[in-house]
Amino acid sequence: MNFIISHLLSLLLLLVTTSAAAALDPAVLRDLASDDSDKKIAAIGELLASGDKQAEAVLRAMNDNALFVANDRLFYRVDGKALDAATGAAFPDAPDYADSVVVNNRVRGKLQNALAAFQLFNPDRDARLAAAKELQSNIDSSLIPVLKKALTLEIDPQIKKLLVLAHAQAKLHSPDPKERLVAVRTLSESNSAEVKSLLLSLLQKNGDTYAEPDPTVREAALAAIKSIESHLAWGEALSNVFSGLSLGSILLLAALGLAITYGVMGVINMAHGELLMVGAYTTYVVQNIFRTHFPDLADYYVIAAIPVAFVVAALVGMVLERLVIRHLYGRPLDTLLATWGISLILIQAARVLFGPQNVEVRNPDWMSGSIEVLANVVLPWNRVIIIGFAVGVLALVWLLLSKTRLGLYVRAVTQNRSMASCVGVHTGRIDMLAFGLGSGIAGLGGVALSQISNVGPDMGQGYIVDSFMVVVLGGVGQLAGAVWAALGMGILTKLIEGWTGAVIAKILILVFIILFIQKRPQGLFALKGRAVYGGV
Amino acid sequence: MEVCDVKTTTFSRTPFVFRIAQSLDRRAWIALVVAALVAFVLIPLLHLAIPADSIFHLSDYFITLGGKILCYAIVAVALDLIWGFAGILSLGHGLFFALGGYAFGMYLMRQIGRDGSYQSDLPDFMVFLGWKELPWYWYGSDSFLWSVLLVLVVPTLVAFVFGFFAFRSRINGVYFTIITQALTFAAMLLFFRNETGFGGNNGFTDFKRILGFSITSPETRVVLFALSALALMLTLVFVNYLMKSKFGRVLVAIRDAESRVMFLGYNPLWYKLSVWTLSAMLCAIAGALYVPQVGIINPSEMSAANSIEMAVWVAVGGRGTIIGPVIGAGIVNLAKSWFTMSFPQYWLFFLGTLFIVITLFLPDGLVGLWNRLRRMRGGESA
Amino acid sequence: MSDTQLTLDPEVGDGYGGPGEVFGHTLRPGELDLSHKVILYLEDITVSFDGFKALNKLSLTIDAGELRCIIGPNGAGKTTMMDVITGKTRPDSGRVFFGQTLDLTQMTEPEIANAGIGRKFQTPTIFDRLSVFENLELAMKADKRVRSTLRARIDSEQQDRIAETLDLIRLGDQAHRLAGLLSHGQKQWLEIGMLLMQEPKLLLLDEPVAGMTDDETERTAELFLSLAGRHSLVVVEHDMAFIRQLGGKVTVLHEGSVLAEGSLDMLQNDPRVIEVYLGR
Repeated sequence: MNFIISHLLSLLLLLVTTSAAAALDPAVLRDLASDDSDKKIAAIGELLASGDKQAEAVLRAMNDNALFVANDRLFYRVDGKALDAATGAAFPDAPDYADSVVVNNRVRGKLQNALAAFQLFNPDRDARLAAAKELQSNIDSSLIPVLKKALTLEIDPQIKKLLVLAHAQAKLHSPDPKERLVAVRTLSESNSAEVKSLLLSLLQKNGDTYAEPDPTVREAALAAIKSIESHLAWGEALSNVFSGLSLGSILLLAALGLAITYGVMGVINMAHGELLMVGAYTTYVVQNIFRTHFPDLADYYVIAAIPVAFVVAALVGMVLERLVIRHLYGRPLDTLLATWGISLILIQAARVLFGPQNVEVRNPDWMSGSIEVLANVVLPWNRVIIIGFAVGVLALVWLLLSKTRLGLYVRAVTQNRSMASCVGVHTGRIDMLAFGLGSGIAGLGGVALSQISNVGPDMGQGYIVDSFMVVVLGGVGQLAGAVWAALGMGILTKLIEGWTGAVIAKILILVFIILFIQKRPQGLFALKGRAVYGGV
Repeated sequence: MEVCDVKTTTFSRTPFVFRIAQSLDRRAWIALVVAALVAFVLIPLLHLAIPADSIFHLSDYFITLGGKILCYAIVAVALDLIWGFAGILSLGHGLFFALGGYAFGMYLMRQIGRDGSYQSDLPDFMVFLGWKELPWYWYGSDSFLWSVLLVLVVPTLVAFVFGFFAFRSRINGVYFTIITQALTFAAMLLFFRNETGFGGNNGFTDFKRILGFSITSPETRVVLFALSALALMLTLVFVNYLMKSKFGRVLVAIRDAESRVMFLGYNPLWYKLSVWTLSAMLCAIAGALYVPQVGIINPSEMSAANSIEMAVWVAVGGRGTIIGPVIGAGIVNLAKSWFTMSFPQYWLFFLGTLFIVITLFLPDGLVGLWNRLRRMRGGESA
Repeated sequence: MSDTQLTLDPEVGDGYGGPGEVFGHTLRPGELDLSHKVILYLEDITVSFDGFKALNKLSLTIDAGELRCIIGPNGAGKTTMMDVITGKTRPDSGRVFFGQTLDLTQMTEPEIANAGIGRKFQTPTIFDRLSVFENLELAMKADKRVRSTLRARIDSEQQDRIAETLDLIRLGDQAHRLAGLLSHGQKQWLEIGMLLMQEPKLLLLDEPVAGMTDDETERTAELFLSLAGRHSLVVVEHDMAFIRQLGGKVTVLHEGSVLAEGSLDMLQNDPRVIEVYLGR
């Protein structure tokens, strides 16, 4: 079905384009091979104007450096076959060695524009969209006829909008001031930095005269620049906030489990990062099982990996709690060392089991690609999904802690262990379950991480400092604190990154946290009153 | 109640506890003399005077490994000072160690002179980055004394400023530990950048000379080894003195019940800050001695793993003891050398298990185990 | 020693002033001024935690040399009051004066301790890993800055004072045991001993006889009575027999402020006090 439609469309295009069947003008072709760049460019323009399929093939070959001159005739090679440039028929007496037509940078720019312009008539929407985007920069008046033609044919509103902008850009240097004014006004809708600099060039002064002679056009240009700037700023802010949210959601997934275990038991689990790693490797294993056993469902392995990773990481966590951490209760610094030891063992185990290199975890199709919110705001699907996933995990944890008996016990132990124990809460069991829960959440974080970053034995190491910072910033035992801290840290990091680069941003954030703790040692959401003082 | 002038410091009768301390000191002095003989006489002789084919000859490898372990032992004692006695676990000692190393490394880089691969007055990595002149913080680095001053001052200052803010806001326990880790992590990121001006990833290496002497000659090696041994011994004597003083008891008191110490009129801030700063300074000296012997310093010295490994040296030997950290640093590092040569893939398993076993079963380390065994055999003898 | 207005007890009060200081009161900054025979003023102190008012416009005056008992149901604000006096908690509003001149709300815990306020916690807080002797040594009044602790040596006089205190708290034969190995009652006594070594002018004692045997309680009461007059004591207790033994004035705290004040007998017949203790 699709096949037929696309053929119909190309047929239609062929009808619209003028000289469909005739061979290309040999004079134009000769110009294409001339040593003079201006002649070449003019020839490219003519070929483009012809709209001929053959012209497109020749230009494409030229762009690929596969257009040759032999005895004053041009031929090109496609897939090893030599074809006549004029007709596209086989070119039998092609010499083995021939000079390819030289393409310098200026010519190549034109060439690529022309090729993009041809793509405007491609039946495939994505190809047209890509072409329209490419034409947003480096446009010139020679493309006006093609753009006009494309505009009349185009039905997709997004592409149409882009074409209007491109058309306006091409018209910027029209001799008619009215046309220029219309063009400038149209361009105020744009949100590209290139259009902005194009408009700025109109305002440049050459001696006493402006590049743009008409004052009304200049005024309109100034207004248009302002409008573009605000579009740009919005877009930039939006993408910053989005990447901040994305980073924040990752931090949250990494820190949520830590917040629970630290809150309940007051121990820093240095192996928490490795529990993320366990989750990520579990995802990898599930992916491979799906590939070999259920290739039809391979795209949905991530869904299956979620519960599996939770259970595996939770089990690992509970075993650790029973074997090691339980015995170190009340010795937080020792726990820190012991759990560090555990993390070393887990890392080395991962190396032995899966090799020291990163393993490949592939995004399923439904998670790849991106959505475009604005022209300069493109949100990758996997990031969007992970933000949603983090929200979901958070909601579940919240429900678990606030609506279930386990949650009640966990909160009780967090706030006052000895009192909880006195009223009959089995604190040992709660410790184990809470640790399992925290570890399981880390496993979930691992699933998310596997979709956006490398999965390797050392992957967890980078997260322990960050996630602890979230816990510190949020205040111990405070779910809401952890959420705000994670998002705040994520967004702040991305904003600072905008003007300092990633490394300095990271350092600044750490310094900021150190200073913050000066002011509020109990974190953002401090427990006040007796609880803080604990035992004197 | 009598009013007595507490400021008189006349020495009179030595109380019981002090007599124990002094008897220990006599043994300690014997140990020191023996150690000095070994480090300053025996080992140099075995390395320099015995021909290389003799089985009594000590190889370069041994001298370097020994010197390295001596430096690590200083670090361990420094860490024990703050962790074992004052109860504050730092994961920032890798930073102070590295800062000391970098400060002295700058001097070593300048000593290369024009013998680098670019034959420039600037260190190779600066030429590679296209820098035309030394950054301001490199000025004076060609002077040995200035570099020694940097070693002593810069890490100490960093520690002082950080410690002041941290202790002033009463950041304690695990919080402090993690904040020090964050600090070290931030510094590592900073040093990884080429623009920071310390050679980025590669750090400093390819040293040629120290005070004009070839850095690889056997004599230089022996001298560096002996200096490390001397530094360790001085550190031990000093730490021993500190811990036998009232200052040391205040530190232990802070570890046990900080609020009580405050309500007795001591300000824990200054006690913690002074021991913390001292500890950092010792670490920096160790780092400065380490770099010429090992021949390289790079940002990975500041990785979290390094700082935590330092803690395990102390834990293995026995925290809160003077000699424990030295034993711990020695044993763990010898084990590391052996493992990485023979079974590299098992080293992390071993180290990880060590962390767990020590904290679970031997919280007082090997020294604690030794004491326990002795007590079990001989009963409690006066 | 003619100017009895200067201090209530010349031997204790003038830890700073020499024998020559007999004319009126020439104040030195940071010095305790007891010229109005009052050692501690609390004025309209309010402390709130998340909206809960632990102290609500609490006003209280302790005279120099007085032995005051403070009672009150749980949550009445007794411990918070001690926290405010010792600088652990800063009040939201109100003033705390030690003598006439020292504003305690502006001082840190160590400064307050050095000015002459000693505090005993509800649970005995001593240094488990130091010996009994060393616990007392650290508590002893001395220059408590870092530099002097590096050089400090114990002289014979100090030695004697520690020995005296050891006898007083009946731990003479335990001097070189680790404090952590003592029994609960012994730890209580050790902490009291440490307080005495500090030579404070004002002692704050939070449930000092909790966990003591009857015999120990009796001896504690005797000790406190012997201290009163030379020191000022504020004792927070639940043990009514103990309070009766101490005699002295009793203050009842309720919901963060003073409910009643007077002798124990008087208070036990006060309907408001009965209401507070029994009415819930």
